[in-house]
Amino acid sequence: MITASNVTKRYPEGREALRNVSFGITAGEMVFLTGHSGAGKSTLFKLLAAIERPTSGSIVINGQNLATLRKNAVPYLRRKLGLIFQDRKLLFDRNVLDNVLLPLAIVGHPAREALRRAQAALAKVGLPNREKTFPIALSGGEQQRLAIARAVVNRPAIILADEPTANLDAASASEILEIFRSFQQVGVTVVIATHDPLLLPHLQPRVLRLTQGEMSEEREPASHGVTP
Amino acid sequence: MRSWLAQHLAALRDALRRLLAAPLNSLLSLLVIGVALTLPTAGWLTLDNLRKLSGDTPNVQQISIFLALDAGKREISDIESRLQASRSGSWRFVPREEALKRLQATEGMAEIITSLPRNPLPDAFVVTPGDTRPEALEDLARTFSSWPKVAHVQLDSAWVRRFDALLHLGERVVMMLGALFAGALVTITFNTIRLQILAQAAEIEVAKLIGATDTYIQRPLHYFGMLQGALGGLCAALLVSAGLRLLTPPVVELTRLYGASFALQGLSTGDVVVLAAIGAALGWLGAKISALIHLHRIAAP
Repeated sequence: MITASNVTKRYPEGREALRNVSFGITAGEMVFLTGHSGAGKSTLFKLLAAIERPTSGSIVINGQNLATLRKNAVPYLRRKLGLIFQDRKLLFDRNVLDNVLLPLAIVGHPAREALRRAQAALAKVGLPNREKTFPIALSGGEQQRLAIARAVVNRPAIILADEPTANLDAASASEILEIFRSFQQVGVTVVIATHDPLLLPHLQPRVLRLTQGEMSEEREPASHGVTP
Repeated sequence: MRSWLAQHLAALRDALRRLLAAPLNSLLSLLVIGVALTLPTAGWLTLDNLRKLSGDTPNVQQISIFLALDAGKREISDIESRLQASRSGSWRFVPREEALKRLQATEGMAEIITSLPRNPLPDAFVVTPGDTRPEALEDLARTFSSWPKVAHVQLDSAWVRRFDALLHLGERVVMMLGALFAGALVTITFNTIRLQILAQAAEIEVAKLIGATDTYIQRPLHYFGMLQGALGGLCAALLVSAGLRLLTPPVVELTRLYGASFALQGLSTGDVVVLAAIGAALGWLGAKISALIHLHRIAAP
């Protein structure tokens, strides 16, 4: 589903954010991308979402190499991804429902079908009956649920989330992770960049650890004695 | 196809919503565009009316041949046969007695004429040439004046030429005005769209991040420019019509004093449609340029 080979990302000022990173993620997997801040998690997230391009190496998603993807093909790739941004990027001038309807409007779904899908997505993340609320009136956890609803309303095969539990209390964070878990259980590939993968030990997640731009793989939590 | 249509309708609705969301701003923009389009439109309308005025005046294309006072019947018939042979167009003989009688009929002239010892008017021919090009008229006039017993040839082509030249000058001025104000309209739209993009930066960024194509993002902006331009065009049509209404009474009074009847020609429905279409096209152009330049400044490639 996702294959990265020898990916290096060097920024113009010379900083090397990722160095020779390779990994593969198969369909239906749930993977945590961890590391300290500045280790390259967000850079990798941006490369996977085709927001930035690798300096060298290749990233192949669904058979498409993002390093050589034509610029006008990028929007169509993004539609197949459910992207959840660190700052959520909700639109505060429109209500919850309209936020979720946006990706469907972009694809051009008929209004009735779009409404049905948006309501289903909101129900799935536990935000029913909040359609007319504006995001400013939602709690942090609720805003994150809204961001997830917007990401999944197009039924993507891959969900990419950047620090989805940042600034949330432990209870809210574990609820958010449970939502991701439920998507993975129906076959969606979930990649979560987080500095703290130990929130849900029972998920037995696969963990890719970034340290100063280099990647190592481990199973968390090893102390629980779980083997692959 | 249906989804394509639905997307365009959605973009149009979006543009309308944004236009109505700031009614005062929109109204001001429309007024500015309307005024910008009013000047060239009014100029064009003026030229159109002048052209019609010159076309309506048949004596402009007539040549009068005045004979010498001592010309007799023989000379008159000689000229008649010459005119017949030259096939220069239709002609009419005006005997001096008839000319005097007509002059007497004119208000205020009767007394003056009865006080004259004898008829001062010559016999005359009024020729309406078939070929009314100024050069042809002048050729004819030259030929006529070379005939015997022709005292004077009165040709209005000099006046026609001057009027023509004036109209050409006017046309050039209106074209320049048009180009200038078209530029103004494009600039106004350019700026409105720039402000729109700034105001919607967050929305545009998010839309780009979740898979919106450039076309999708630009479409409502293009529609906005088109709508604004078209409504501005209608605004100009309204202003011109109002101006015309104000001008009509004095123009009627003026032409009445000159003994003519002349109605000012207003904008036809077709003209209004063309005006709105021109406004829409220019608005679209301004929006297109603005979107191309400013959308790239917003993050997320």
